[in-house]
Amino acid sequence: MHDANANRAAQTFASLTAFAVLVNPVGLHARPSVKLTQCAKGFTAKIEIALAADGPWTDAKSPVKVMRVKAPQGATLHFRVAGPDGEAALAAMLALVHDGFGEA
Amino acid sequence: MSSLRPGNVGIVIVSHSPKIAEGAADMVRQMVGDAVPLAWTGGDVDGGLGTNVAGILEAIETAWSPAGVAILVDLGGAETNSEMAVEMLPEDRRARVLVCNAPVVEGAVIAATESSGGSPLAAVKRSAEEFYA
Repeated sequence: MHDANANRAAQTFASLTAFAVLVNPVGLHARPSVKLTQCAKGFTAKIEIALAADGPWTDAKSPVKVMRVKAPQGATLHFRVAGPDGEAALAAMLALVHDGFGEA
Repeated sequence: MSSLRPGNVGIVIVSHSPKIAEGAADMVRQMVGDAVPLAWTGGDVDGGLGTNVAGILEAIETAWSPAGVAILVDLGGAETNSEMAVEMLPEDRRARVLVCNAPVVEGAVIAATESSGGSPLAAVKRSAEEFYA
């Protein structure tokens, strides 16, 4: 972000959003949920997921909440990210989904 | 069992059945990885179904981390024996071991996931207990 320093000074970060289709056969079941949560925890940004662009949003760093989303294969997973490392976080989350959580 | 990242909260699995305890530990290892100190114990001293305080103490020692240890238990005796084991720990360790009110298998996986992200003991316990929330 070109105004990242200004944002940091104001302690606010614009929300970044993106979405990806779940390609792995079982969707967001237990193991992918764990991987998604672990990946999210590696960033300081607030990271949320949803099955629709307008939510409801779920904290991607909570393994229990992520599993409760029960997103099936073919579902579109929306991400909403805000924080100093938001762009890197979003890229990592999208890569994880595109990669089928390593089990495609 | 050695811990690769001793800063992460350790996880101890206590079941009446050693097969359940070992199986739950297998699930943690496969789903969460090796970043979390982990130990399991199950069965009474004669090898039957049950739990024993000595076995639980040994498991706590194996999974020990400066960040503390979260214990996942199945039924009645597993909980009371775990609480007894905690009381027998040296005083400086006692406050850093918590028994979670969570299902043993799911709780272990969730607690380990939380721990692998570097969360403190209270957050690990809270996350495991979300299953009953």
